[in-house]
Amino acid sequence: MKWEIVIGLETHAQLSTASKMFSGASTAFGASPNTQASAVDIALPGVLPVANKGAVERAIRFGLAVGGEKVINRRSVFARKNYFYPDLPKGYQISQYELPIVKGGEIRILTKSGEKAVRLTRAHLEEDAGKSLHEAFRDSSGIDLNRAGVPLLEIVSEPDMRSAEEAVAYAKALHALVRWIGICDGNMQEGSFRCDANVSVRRPGALLGTRAEIKNLNSFRFLERAIDFEAKRQIEILENGGKILQETRLYDADKDETRSMRTKEEAHDYRYFPDPDLLPLEVSEKWIEEIKAKLPELPEAKRKRYQTEYALSLYDASLLTDAREKAEYFELVCRSLEGPAPKMVANWITGELSALLNDRGIDFSRLLVSGKAFAKLLDRIKDGTISANVAKGVLHGMANGEGDADAIIAKRGLKQISDAGAIEKIVDQVVAANAKQVEDYRAGKEKAFNSLVGQVMKATQGKANPAQVNEILKRKLAD
Amino acid sequence: MLNAPLKELATALAQKKISSVELTRLFLNRIEKLNPALNAFITVDAHKSLAQARTADERIARGGAQPLAGIPVAHKDIFVTRGWLTTCGSKILSNFTGPYDAHVIERFNDAGAVILGKTNMDEFAMGSSTETSFYGPVRNPWGQAYVPGGSSGGSAAAVAARMAPAATGTDTGGSIRQPAALSGLSGLKPTYGLVSRYGMIAFASSLDQGGPIAKSAEDLALLLNVMAGFDARDSTSVERAREDYARDLEKPLAGLRIGVPKEHFGEGLAADVGKAVEAALKELEKLGAKRVTIALPNSGLSVPAYYVIAPAEASSNLSRFDGVRYGHRANEYRDLADMYFRTRAEGFGAEVRRRILIGTYVLSHGYYDAYYLKAQKIRRLIANDFVEAFKHCDVVVGPTAPTVAFKIGAKAADPVQMYLNDIYTIPANLAGLPGMSIPCGFGRDDLPVGLHIVGNYFSEAKMLNVAHQYQKATDWHKREPAGIRP
Repeated sequence: MKWEIVIGLETHAQLSTASKMFSGASTAFGASPNTQASAVDIALPGVLPVANKGAVERAIRFGLAVGGEKVINRRSVFARKNYFYPDLPKGYQISQYELPIVKGGEIRILTKSGEKAVRLTRAHLEEDAGKSLHEAFRDSSGIDLNRAGVPLLEIVSEPDMRSAEEAVAYAKALHALVRWIGICDGNMQEGSFRCDANVSVRRPGALLGTRAEIKNLNSFRFLERAIDFEAKRQIEILENGGKILQETRLYDADKDETRSMRTKEEAHDYRYFPDPDLLPLEVSEKWIEEIKAKLPELPEAKRKRYQTEYALSLYDASLLTDAREKAEYFELVCRSLEGPAPKMVANWITGELSALLNDRGIDFSRLLVSGKAFAKLLDRIKDGTISANVAKGVLHGMANGEGDADAIIAKRGLKQISDAGAIEKIVDQVVAANAKQVEDYRAGKEKAFNSLVGQVMKATQGKANPAQVNEILKRKLAD
Repeated sequence: MLNAPLKELATALAQKKISSVELTRLFLNRIEKLNPALNAFITVDAHKSLAQARTADERIARGGAQPLAGIPVAHKDIFVTRGWLTTCGSKILSNFTGPYDAHVIERFNDAGAVILGKTNMDEFAMGSSTETSFYGPVRNPWGQAYVPGGSSGGSAAAVAARMAPAATGTDTGGSIRQPAALSGLSGLKPTYGLVSRYGMIAFASSLDQGGPIAKSAEDLALLLNVMAGFDARDSTSVERAREDYARDLEKPLAGLRIGVPKEHFGEGLAADVGKAVEAALKELEKLGAKRVTIALPNSGLSVPAYYVIAPAEASSNLSRFDGVRYGHRANEYRDLADMYFRTRAEGFGAEVRRRILIGTYVLSHGYYDAYYLKAQKIRRLIANDFVEAFKHCDVVVGPTAPTVAFKIGAKAADPVQMYLNDIYTIPANLAGLPGMSIPCGFGRDDLPVGLHIVGNYFSEAKMLNVAHQYQKATDWHKREPAGIRP
């Protein structure tokens, strides 16, 4: 490999609190402009910020999830980032600078090249800015301050990723984690989870190259394409003897390219200093313990447990733990089965059920099939009442609200035929009626066998026990 | 009535000897007569004040009214006041009507006090003479050629001229104590965090503290009882049990250790001021106090440290005045940047612009460590000086300001000379300690001299005790400016 791509991500996760980072105004999305901007958000003279405890708690939850107690700073400091812009009402953003609430931690990702830990530099609390509206006005701009003051957790990774694929895997794992621990709704369309990517290239083993920061990556697809574009752009420049400028670039999804926003020379001097309106944020051991006690089992722990307790592969375990509802569903189904069959449950959830959810564009919360009901369906496969193939149709019926597995099996008359005599009769009829295929099979064409099985299943409307059909058909053809 | 202590006014109101409407009218008339010359008020609204007075009268008639019910109080125009123009002495807020009440205003309203008007001040409280106000300089009732001190000069002049029984002020580097000293009044800057800063337009957030200006320590105690108290809207507000700041007024001073910092009696202190302060120390000794010489070795660094920290915070605090959402906006501009430039160049006066520039500079990349961080370290040293001092004394006593009032215009061209006015008061702000000034005699041109008392954290009751005992033995605080006698 001639060039190595080096990527670090800065992610803004909007914390799922009802009120803003430093004011009591609502954070609900989509309200009419400026109806959710309080005196504090408008920055009237004399108003003061008060930190939202719920936001701090969520940041601690995140820290515990990525690195445990050791990465939580017991004392962190809010700082002012000063710059002028009409949608920044105070003329500064309250953020954290020298002392963030979370320092360190890691996110484990799985790619084609295996499992890997991406180290986190830090995660800090800050408030969002408002929105400038340029389209709706002539000769002027509108300002909507509903978003001003919304709490964000900015999560900064180390430059540990080496491909767009890894960056996407990291972003997806992070996205799953913040939803898993309930600190962010992860809604990328509404901007609740957005990424900036720092991209540079270098010869393997060389020092880090000059990086460009790419802004405005609000989907995993854009993230991947922007990194690919940017890496190619940089490699081309270097191979032509050019130099990379340290700059901020904007990804344009329509043109699928990045373009320069500002260079290092044009960068602001933000004049960071500790915000004197807010005391240093002190986090007690007791509070950390309380938050820790309420933390759900994390994806990584589940992955490990699924491999040991259920003997699943890392791949299966990873698929099952990419969302908390999925993992919890999996466990509920396993618990509800009449006999243990974790691999079967895993296959059904990551296969047929995931496809069904995808097709219908819903998630587990809107699935009409409870974990217990799903377990019943699988029990019916295991006890031979229906075949796996028939079960798929039953599952769709259940998802349509037609009733539980037994009711649908009874109503549709799907009970499997396991009576050897009955199957033998049908096999005889099929063999008699398909002389050509029988001849082909005997001449060595294996395919002809499958065709004959299909004929038997068709004749029984799929209800014949497939294992028995196979066995009987083989015996008959051998005669 | 114009000279009466607050306690007497409260008694007269309670006994229906006078109504709040009559009392308010009395002071409004006085303002009408004297304010054109003194320029102590930016806004007076008789209609609003009298409406509030009528409500207070009803409250008093129903019985059970609080001590300050019906008493008119003037408020520094730094406190956002619902329905009142709130300018902070600046053109940039010259069209800004308060949409809510500051915590301090709320507390006075809840106590049934009457808002008598909004007082003039140095623009954004940046000044020691009340000359930087967009609304013109305030004149000292003790001599109209002189400044009343600042930045709460309007409040001081209003009380000194008996246009108000009492007033509120704010103190970032001495802005309550220095005008109190120069205007022959008693003024108190509480411990940082005792009075909520909510609705007090910020100058330097880590130093700003609201407090009362009045004619006596006893009045200050009553006013502080109203102003002090926890407010969840100010994260730096201190949550502690309510106390009665008048509870220790009558305690004898026997055994009190007064610390006298040698650094506050050296070069720069005018002889007339030094003489009056020395006499006051003797008086305190006569009352049973013991004099202890203490050292505040880092005292000399307080002015430079202050003039890094305060402008740094101010440069950021004043960024919100950008013409986008409220306040003055330039009439003509080419684009967004031009709108900012013109709005702020037109809206801010020279001193405010100077401090914004200093503050922006000291926070800039590459200078932060050398200025801001170093100043913060000095601040810690100065606070430690006091920790050490209070091991040996109960209060620190010295001059409030190095000189008596100076003439209007005398120091306007020399900012450093102006800044040195606060050399004795700034250390208390940097350390977050409570400080007060009380009249202790007269100096050059028969102008008042102030005695500075600094106490340990939350020792306001003790400081007021010392001041009250002194005022029981002396009558400096009862003197009033000649020529404005009713």
